Amino acid sequence: MTMDFRFAVNVSPKPGILDPQGRAVEGSLDHLGIEGVSAVRVGRRIELTVTAADEATARATVERLASELLSNPLIEAYAIEAAGATSSTVGAPA
Amino acid sequence: MSTRIGVVVFPGSNRDIDAVNALEVVGAEPVVLWHEAATLDGVDAIILPGGFAYGDYLRAGVIARFSPVMRAVAAFAAGGGLVLGICNGFQVLTEAHLLPGALLRNRGLRFVSRQVRLVPERLDTPFTRAIGERRPLRMPVAHGEGCFYADAATLDELERDGQVLFRYAHEDGTTAEETGDPANPNGSLRAIAGVMNAAGNVAGLMPHPETAVEAILGSDDGLGIIRSFVDSAAARATEGQPMAVGGR
Repeated sequence: MTMDFRFAVNVSPKPGILDPQGRAVEGSLDHLGIEGVSAVRVGRRIELTVTAADEATARATVERLASELLSNPLIEAYAIEAAGATSSTVGAPA
Repeated sequence: MSTRIGVVVFPGSNRDIDAVNALEVVGAEPVVLWHEAATLDGVDAIILPGGFAYGDYLRAGVIARFSPVMRAVAAFAAGGGLVLGICNGFQVLTEAHLLPGALLRNRGLRFVSRQVRLVPERLDTPFTRAIGERRPLRMPVAHGEGCFYADAATLDELERDGQVLFRYAHEDGTTAEETGDPANPNGSLRAIAGVMNAAGNVAGLMPHPETAVEAILGSDDGLGIIRSFVDSAAARATEGQPMAVGGR
């Protein structure tokens, strides 16, 4: 029996990599009158469901996807979050 | 027989017709290759044109990397075939690891569409040999993600090995600064506008030589690059160099 496993992959610019978006967000803080916020980095979050026999197999798929497609290892780091399993017959959580 | 140059068309390519036109201007025969093509129709060289392949979703160039035609292009390049990526084509080649570095969001965050100047660092490569002399070439850029990035060690290596092909420059030919210099349209590190691989058969640049091939349209400074590429492809074809085409 296969299960559906829900994952999220958080991709962010590696430390030291120029992040013009993060800098633009930081630059806007003054206009909001907010102080004491620094080191803003803008990344992206990809959520997905993997159908597999077990969680280890599902995670291996996500690892491959994250390193080969979702992130560019030269400039980005990724972190995988597992959000648990549901039975395939129930379907993926909304 | 004229030299046959493949122009790859992805969904979202929009400078493919300019590339076709530029090839015709220098007397080559353009061969349009659709992204689902698994073979390259025996062409002598390949251009990856500008545009927004697959909408540039996720990262510019990354989805294109996994298309059937790119598998054939990678095999063609591995066999020594000449490949030139322009703008989005350059982004595709870096994502495909056929060229070093990455193209980040422009430092100024804006999409930049205007004329720039670039200076060839080398005049002895398949991509620059017909340029003639080291002088600033005027041609347009049109991109939102053109800031060339590589770590310091890689940049040193590229410079040492002569892989830096073009830098953004001022009108007088002096190299642009990395930041705060309008001559560098995107904040590229060391003002790098174009690079080639270590083997010297794959190159990419952000500016558009293919839209600067007729003086009546403002500049024909791009001709040297297009002509170099076509001449080099012709020379290789007549030398009968072994070049893998697909399924290598």
